[in-house]
Formats: sequence, C-alpha cells, structure tokens
Amino acid sequence: MSFANQLVDLIAALLLLTSFAMLAQRRLTALVDLLALQGVLLTAATLVAAWVTGHAHLYLSALLSLVLKVVVLPTLLRRLVRRLDLQWDREALVNTPTTMLVGIVLVIVAFNLALPISALSGTILRGALGIALASVLLAFLMMITRRKAVSQVIGFLAMENGLFFAATSVTYGMPMIVELGIALDVLVAAFVFGIFFFRIRETFDSLDTRHLETRPAGEGEDV
Amino acid sequence: MPELALLLLLPLAGAVTFAFLGASARAPEANAAFSGFTALAAVVLAIRVLAEGPQLAMRDLFHVDAFSVLLVALTALVGFTTSLFSRPYMRNEVAAGRVGPTALRLYHAMYQLFVATMLLALTTNNIGILWVAMETATLTTVLLVSLYRTPASVRAAWKYFILCGVGIAQALFGTILLYLAAERVLGGGGTALLWTQLEGVKDQLEPSVVTIAFVFLLVGYGTKAGLVPLHNWLPDAHAEGPTPITAVLSGLLLNVALYAIARSKVLADGALGTPLAGNLMMGFGLLTVVVAAFMTLRQTDVKRLFGYSSVEHMGLITFAFGIGGAAATFAGLLHMTVHSLTKSAIFFAVGHATQKAGTQVIDEIRGLVHTSPAVGWGLMLGGIAILGMPPFGVFAAEFLLLTTAMSAQPWAALVLLVALAVSFAGILWRVQAMVFGAPNLKPLLHRPAILPVFVHLGLTLLLGFYLPPFLATWYREAARLIG
Repeated sequence: MSFANQLVDLIAALLLLTSFAMLAQRRLTALVDLLALQGVLLTAATLVAAWVTGHAHLYLSALLSLVLKVVVLPTLLRRLVRRLDLQWDREALVNTPTTMLVGIVLVIVAFNLALPISALSGTILRGALGIALASVLLAFLMMITRRKAVSQVIGFLAMENGLFFAATSVTYGMPMIVELGIALDVLVAAFVFGIFFFRIRETFDSLDTRHLETRPAGEGEDV
Repeated sequence: MPELALLLLLPLAGAVTFAFLGASARAPEANAAFSGFTALAAVVLAIRVLAEGPQLAMRDLFHVDAFSVLLVALTALVGFTTSLFSRPYMRNEVAAGRVGPTALRLYHAMYQLFVATMLLALTTNNIGILWVAMETATLTTVLLVSLYRTPASVRAAWKYFILCGVGIAQALFGTILLYLAAERVLGGGGTALLWTQLEGVKDQLEPSVVTIAFVFLLVGYGTKAGLVPLHNWLPDAHAEGPTPITAVLSGLLLNVALYAIARSKVLADGALGTPLAGNLMMGFGLLTVVVAAFMTLRQTDVKRLFGYSSVEHMGLITFAFGIGGAAATFAGLLHMTVHSLTKSAIFFAVGHATQKAGTQVIDEIRGLVHTSPAVGWGLMLGGIAILGMPPFGVFAAEFLLLTTAMSAQPWAALVLLVALAVSFAGILWRVQAMVFGAPNLKPLLHRPAILPVFVHLGLTLLLGFYLPPFLATWYREAARLIG
C-alpha cells in the first residue's frame, strides 16, 4: 500500500468521523466549524489525487473546494449565525444514542452498496466510495433529526460534501464545466437559504422548523 | 444556430433587465415581449430540427432532437401565454397591496430566469449540466413560492426547498455513477457525460452500475416530477405561490423532470437489456395515479386540488413511458402536451377566480359564471378537459394509453380506470359548484386575461379530434428516440 493510498484512507476516515460528530453536535457554531473541517479534508483528498495523477483539473477542483467549502460557505454561515444571534443556541437533540446506532447501520448499508461499484473504478480513492456514500446518508439523517432551519441547511451542505467526495473518489471528479455549475448552484443555494432564515424568523419569530410542519386546520391533509 | 442562442439568451437578458427594472410600470408588457420572442425562437428552432434532423451546436455542448424540441416549443409557448396572463394578474395583486415593488422585481427577474433554466435543461447535451439546470430551476422558484410572506407560503417554500434539494442530490449521485460507467467506455474528460456519446455506447455500459444509477436518477428527478411518495412538496408549492408561477411549475417544470427520467431510461434500457427501468417507472406511475386520485377527494383549496391533479397526470405519463414502445410513448408525449396546455389554462382561470373571491377555499368561491362568464366557462371547460372527457386532447391521450395498457398490462389498466373515475368524482362536482351556484364575488380592477385560457383550451380541443400530420410525425419521431 503506497503512501498516497494510506493518506487518502486516513482522510476518508476523518471525513466519516466529522459526519458522526455533526450528528451529535448541539452547538451551531461548532457545526459550522465541522463543516469547514470537511471542506479542508475534501481539499486535501483532491490534492492527493491531483499529486498522484498529475491531472491539472484536479488542482483547479481542489482550489474550488478550498475557496467555496473552507472559506466562503463557512464565513457566510458564521455571519448568519451572528446576525440571527444564534451563537449560544444549544439544540435539544432527541435520543443521540439511537441516532448514532442508526448512523452505524447506514454506514454498513453504504459500504455494501459501494462495494460492487468501487470494484469497477480505477482510482486510488476507490475504497473511499463507501465512506462518501456513508457521509451522504449520515448528512441526510442529520437533516431528518434536526429541528432548526440552520442545522438542516448544514446537513444539506454536508450532503453535498459527501457527493463531491463520491465523485472525486470514483472518477477523479466530474468534468470541470459540471463541477463549476454545481459549485455555482451550491453558492446560490446558500444565499437563498440565508434570505429564507430571515423570512422564517420574520414570519414565525423563531427558526424552529416545527412551525413549518404543522398546518392550520382546514388546509387539507397530506399522505 | 442563431435561434438556439436567442432561445437561451433572451430570457437571460430578460432576467438581468428585470433585476433592475422589474417594478417599472411597463414591466409586465416587457415580460410578455421577452417571452414572446423566446417562443418565436423556439418555433424557428423546432422547424429547423423537424426539417433537418437533430442539431448539435457549440462543440457538442448543445443537442436538440425531436424529443427535446417538442418540450422546448411547449415550454416557450406556455411561458409566453403565462406571461400574458401574469400581466393583469400581477397588476391586480399590486392593486390589492399583496405585492410590493421589490417583490415585483424579484418576480419578473425570476420568471425569466426560470424559463431560461428549463430551456437550458432541455437543450444541453451534457447530463451533468442537465442536473445543474434542474437545481437552478428549483432555486429560482423557491423564493417565488414564498413571495407573499404568509406563514403558509414560507412553510411551503421551505418544504419545497428541502425536499427537492435532497431529492435532486440523489439525482447527482446517479449522474456520478453514470459518469463512472461511461468513463470506462469513453475515457475521461468532458465527453463521457455527453448525451450523444452516451447513447452511442449505451449497450456497453456496465449493467450493475447503471442499475444503481438509474434508481438514484429516478428517485431524484421523480421528486421534482412529483411522483408518490416523493410528491409532498408539490401541492403546497402549487397552493402558496402566485398563480402564474403555479401554472408554469405545473405545466412546464414537471415535464422537464420527466424529460430527464425518460432520457435516463433510454440509457438503462440499452445497458441492461431487461425491462427493469420500465417496470420501476410503471410501479411508481401507478402508485402515483392511485394516491393522487384519492387525495383529490379531500382537498378544500382549489390550487391544491389541481396540484394533486397534476401529480396524477405525471403518474399517468410516467406509466406510459414505463410501458415503452411506439404507441405508449406516443400517448405519453401527447399527454405531456395536452396536460401542459389544459392545466395552465385551468390555473389562469383559477387565478382570476381566487382574486375575485379573495380566497382559495373552494367552498367560498361560488357562481363564477354569473359575475364573469368567460372565467367561469374557462374553468368549467378546463375541468372537463383535464378529467379526460371527449372531445378534448386529454381524452385522446388517455384513451390511447389505456388501450395500450389493456394489451400490455391488463390489470394495471383496470386500476388506472378506477383511479380516473375517483378523481373525476373528486374534481367535477367541486368545479361545478365554483362555476355555477349563487355568486359571491367582487369585480377586479384590471380585466382578466381571457385570451390565453381559450387559446389553450382551443388547442387541446383541436388535438382531441384532429392531430395535424406534421405533429403526428413529430411525436412518432420523438417516441422512436425514447421508446
């Protein structure tokens, strides 16, 4: 096993750890830090891949994730948290141990699903696909279990991180034009989320999405 | 191809213009003008594709064939008629104090940007860009759904945002897997995501990867198309946004999502050589039709009612594409066309009706035909048309689908018939009560736009008993591409 392989495996393992840490983290500011850490890990993984293969577009892709995922998005989120005065907010999490157990099951599912796919891939990161898929599913789980709009958004961005890692691990990333398009979408999405936080707050006086789930009587019901 | 450039750049230019001038007195007319010229470009493009065959442009970045140009033409046309409807509608909203200048600017800019993203999704040759365009389409409409800032609308927009965001993330994973499968055959670099390349090597793609990829793509784009059980966002988003946005969401965006699914199915069929993709789509389609039909029975809000009707029709079209083959796919394409035309006509009429009543609650809208006969009859005829009554086009499409299903999947045809009967009961008496009955409505400051309603209904009526030969050839050609 080469040094690069070991390095990539280490980065992937750390990524999985941050995903679990996000599930359990109650403070919003710490969640944002974890999201930025994921960005750092993604940048590192892409850099290793670029170094091994010598593909120029991977250096560009690493730069893109450094700017977007380590600098811009976390800064934006931190500013939002400050503006909305949520720094000291602690979210009440229901039943963290159960969530963690469900998370472990998800990781096993992800590895099983990824096994046949990664066997076909020719990259040095192919073993990491299971972890990438696991972090997508864990982010999804986080979005389900959280009540605050901001944490749901962080879950959404973590899911995007997982997808990005999946693309890097099986195919050394998507074609540049697609990657740029996705990055643009994520950036726009972050701004729209920001506008939304203020709209939600203004309308409901709180960022708790429980208000977003109950419907006044007489509006019909859903399946 | 200058018309393709115009098709994509006109709405973009419109969006930029309205970002600054969207609240000016003549903005509604300018909005209609941008949309009108876009529609003109679409017609020219359609004529060229039909005469000369599929077109590639800009180093294979764009690809237009009979299937995509059908939806391009439909999108641009309905985009134009909706902008005509939006003119008096938004003026009435401003007059009623429900929309301020900032909101109006946002509305006009996003309207054009939304049309631009849908046209990009339909004309791009790169399935990665298709994904990007679909995601952008969500982002452009999400702020419009909460334009009125009521609790219900903010709630609906958040749901739309989160559910579609998660859904479309699944589609991205599917796209990544497809790229993995394609890269092994086509090599790395930009070409492995090009539709024209993928289609050529579809039988060499690794089946195990393509199976998983298709499931993710179906779930992802299926969320956007409103397939049950991923439809939850759709009735809320339909109910809470301004009605012109409801009309284009329902009439156009759902079609574009189905377009992505149909394209994915072609690749899955080629790679697998089994009917797995079609079977999955039939299953999803059938479930969607049944659930949506029963949900129409319980609706009290008129826009939610027709939202569920849209879900039902998306199920029917998915089912038709799932059966596959020339006849069923033909039925599906015809259904897409007539559903878009009819449903947007209904929403035009509903939009004015709700403005007159000051509410969307069905029980409080009464006697439309007495206070404004044109809106009333438009809603009545639209309701009859969407329920699949002859001689309207929806009848022709559903009849063709059912007869094909009868021979391919007899049991499913029976289920479909029952579901159609249920939604018939759910919708007809509600529409009838709104149209006839004792009037309780107030007049509007700006005269309603009646022309788009009747142009659409006229077109569906025409398609019901006479399909022009050029259109039949067009559908057959498109059906051959995805059948």
